[in-house]
Amino acid sequence: MLINAFNDALTLIVSADPDLIEILLLSVQVSFSALAIAGILAMPLGTILAISHFRGRKLLITFLNAMMGLPPVVVGLFVYLMLSRSGPLGILELLYTPTAMIIAQVILIIPIIASLTYQVIEELNREYKDLFLSLKISPQQAVFAYLWDARYSLFTTLLAGFGRAISEVGAVMIVGGNINHLTRIMTTAIALETSKGELSLALSLGIVLLTIALLVNAIVISIKTFAGEKGYV
Amino acid sequence: MSNTPLIEVTNLSLKLSNADVLSSITIASTDPGVTMVMGPNGAGKSLFLRCLHGLTIPTGGSIKIFGNSILGTSTDQAMVFQKPVLLRRSVIDNLKFAGSTNTQRNAIDDALSLARLQDKQHFPAKLLSGGEQQRLALSRALLREPKLLVLDEPTASLDPASVQIIEQVIQDFTERGGKVIFVSHDIGQAKRLGSEIIFLHMGRVLEHSVASAFFNNPVTDEARAYLNGHIII
Ligand SMILES: Nc1ncnc2c1ncn2[C@@H]1O[C@H](COP(=O)(O)OP(=O)(O)OP(=O)(O)O)[C@@H](O)[C@H]1O
Ligand SMILES: [Mg+2]
Repeated sequence: MLINAFNDALTLIVSADPDLIEILLLSVQVSFSALAIAGILAMPLGTILAISHFRGRKLLITFLNAMMGLPPVVVGLFVYLMLSRSGPLGILELLYTPTAMIIAQVILIIPIIASLTYQVIEELNREYKDLFLSLKISPQQAVFAYLWDARYSLFTTLLAGFGRAISEVGAVMIVGGNINHLTRIMTTAIALETSKGELSLALSLGIVLLTIALLVNAIVISIKTFAGEKGYV
Repeated sequence: MSNTPLIEVTNLSLKLSNADVLSSITIASTDPGVTMVMGPNGAGKSLFLRCLHGLTIPTGGSIKIFGNSILGTSTDQAMVFQKPVLLRRSVIDNLKFAGSTNTQRNAIDDALSLARLQDKQHFPAKLLSGGEQQRLALSRALLREPKLLVLDEPTASLDPASVQIIEQVIQDFTERGGKVIFVSHDIGQAKRLGSEIIFLHMGRVLEHSVASAFFNNPVTDEARAYLNGHIII
């Protein structure tokens, strides 16, 4: 029975089953959008935290670190409350739309990207600070140099954010509702299909998701190796 | 002109985590040549240089260089750190980064040949050997055409041929009117290059005299012990 499900799963993948493709594309679309938005917000935030001094900076860093371990269902609940009819943003009618899922994923991965960016830039800042002061580099030039010289590490932080977003289930389930053809993505579909006993679609999605995760990790490792060989360490 | 001190340090003190690392340093130097700063490990030489370069703000006292108060770093000065700070970029990009917009291509070439790194210009700077890194850092500092060069053990890990080249460069620099402050533990080198010596011990200036006087007739027991290679407490 398990063998059959596995065979069916592979058939679904090889034959590019339309349902599977639809779910895969929506997943990727949602998580890429979340990644883009979170990256635009979190990378400057992490950079500012790393190179400037202001009141509450330490607190914010601690807060972001704590937020990295945030239970996704709690984020889902929070976004649900915000977007529900009676919530402050209820008027936008976003609940149970891909946008709601994007919002939840953005909130989930901002702390990851911001914290990792902070760590990367902070380390570089400690290394470069004296030289930049000595050369009288302007703050803008310095920020540009940090981002450029940290580009490989920063790219891997984005991949980490993407990996977290695409594999998350609790938050998107609550705010997306797992509606067929509308908000059904890989993780929520796996949860549903498994509970229905429809193992072949669940398995095929699982294989695809696993492949994506492995791919992301493989890219991270090759970037790290490449960067190490080039002296970006 | 000659009676305006080039370096004027008045009652300089520096406290770090409650330790007096520099105490009541007062110096007025009109010496246009190489000022050698000597003293045992932990005497405070590097911190003293950081203060002179405007990187570390002293706890008390004042510093004037060429008659100008040092309140921060200045493009009149360039510093080479005891541990070279290089960007995670190629050799040539490290030089280009330090050059101003009107630095000519042949100035970069000159710096490359001075560092004897023409063949490695596209090699990652961080993967150079210790000596090669020091040569690059010094060439980069000279590219800024400073009036004052602040050098913290710039030849500590160089082979004899490189030391000779660097010493020649420093002599040429002073002949063109540049001022040099130089930390070295190499007594032979101090004799070759130094026109005056500042001897630091436990954060205090114990001797400040013309080089020949310092080497022939050190006044303090500490300086005598240092020159004879004894451990001083
Ligand atoms: N942040 C700090 N807090 C307390 N003490 C410090 C701090 N930074 C440096 N020191 C101390 O100040 C002293 C002087 O340090 P410095 O690096 O100037 O010595 P140095 O003369 O350059 O020695 P070396 O010949 O080994 O390079 C050392 O004893 C060091 O431990
Ligand atoms: Mg030192």
